[in-house]
Amino acid sequence: MDENEGFMSDFSGKTLSWKLSGGIVELELHYAPCNEIGLAMIDELERLVAALPELETQAAALIIHSSRKEGFSAGGDLRELYRLALATEGNARTEGMRTFVHRIHHVMNSLDASPLVTIAAVHGICFGGGFELALTCDIIVADKMARFAFPELRLGIIPGFGGIPRLRRDVGNAVVRDLLFTGRSLNAAKAQALGLVSQVAGEGEALRVARTTASQVLKYDRHTTAVAKRFAKPIPLEELRRETELFCELFARPAVMEALRKFVESTDAHPYLP
Amino acid sequence: MRTLDQTTGEILDLAAAHFKVPREQLSPGDDFYRKLKIDSLQALELLTRLENHFGVELPDYEVQGVSDFRTLADRIQARL
Repeated sequence: MDENEGFMSDFSGKTLSWKLSGGIVELELHYAPCNEIGLAMIDELERLVAALPELETQAAALIIHSSRKEGFSAGGDLRELYRLALATEGNARTEGMRTFVHRIHHVMNSLDASPLVTIAAVHGICFGGGFELALTCDIIVADKMARFAFPELRLGIIPGFGGIPRLRRDVGNAVVRDLLFTGRSLNAAKAQALGLVSQVAGEGEALRVARTTASQVLKYDRHTTAVAKRFAKPIPLEELRRETELFCELFARPAVMEALRKFVESTDAHPYLP
Repeated sequence: MRTLDQTTGEILDLAAAHFKVPREQLSPGDDFYRKLKIDSLQALELLTRLENHFGVELPDYEVQGVSDFRTLADRIQARL
């Protein structure tokens, strides 16, 4: 993107839009079918990250939500990933993936570190990369019909957008292992019991609850909140770096391309089941 | 403690209400994917609704390959 581009308090793009109003930034994901995270979304998330320093002077909270009825996000765009990977081989393929992962890590780390209080309003599917995006947030508000999962191991990879270090930051290692090794999904009540979700909302009410929460945040001194956030939510940078290495190492194996091919070509009626 | 028949009946009630299908058209042996005309995403919705209703956790892999209401009830019954 053009770094000289002017500050955007509002933006409407192909995959997402944001709007600043009353000290709250609302980031809406609206990319069909279920906010798959690929190059188009990363481009626009990078635009948001570029606008963050200015937004941070005018807002106290950022809400991330989805207008797709299927859910918050189904995760990485596996079809695009497979197509891009097919176009290269060997080291070039791994390096292409490393560049992609570095870009998404920059976005995730920027959201994670923002002095804004970040709130994910989650409904429906919140899988893989979508779950990783939600985990960058300070507070997760979940619709009672939301489901969270890390299905990556079925493709022969681990979550690559910062999922394991951020999950481990919030919950016990036994939970991390269970979610990774089985690929199973958790409902909102269970996710709250485990400490992942702060608040469970009624069906269709997550955004409203997130807005109420953001309004409460606005009452407090921003500087104090930012100091408290830095203290309470350290970013596990070394683990994130290590995750990228492991992810790229695993991605280089032929078995992963085969698993991606099967996923892309599958007519399986149950792609959301592990 | 619910019996298997009671659990099955409650599942049929929930499925009928959620997917707006007349209850009398649903039977325990029905393939719910076909009968309810649902895809995997909607199957997950059904799973969530059942977990919330029965207050149990039902891992996705336990229902993989299950397509009839009675077997689904059996899986839930094992966790009540």
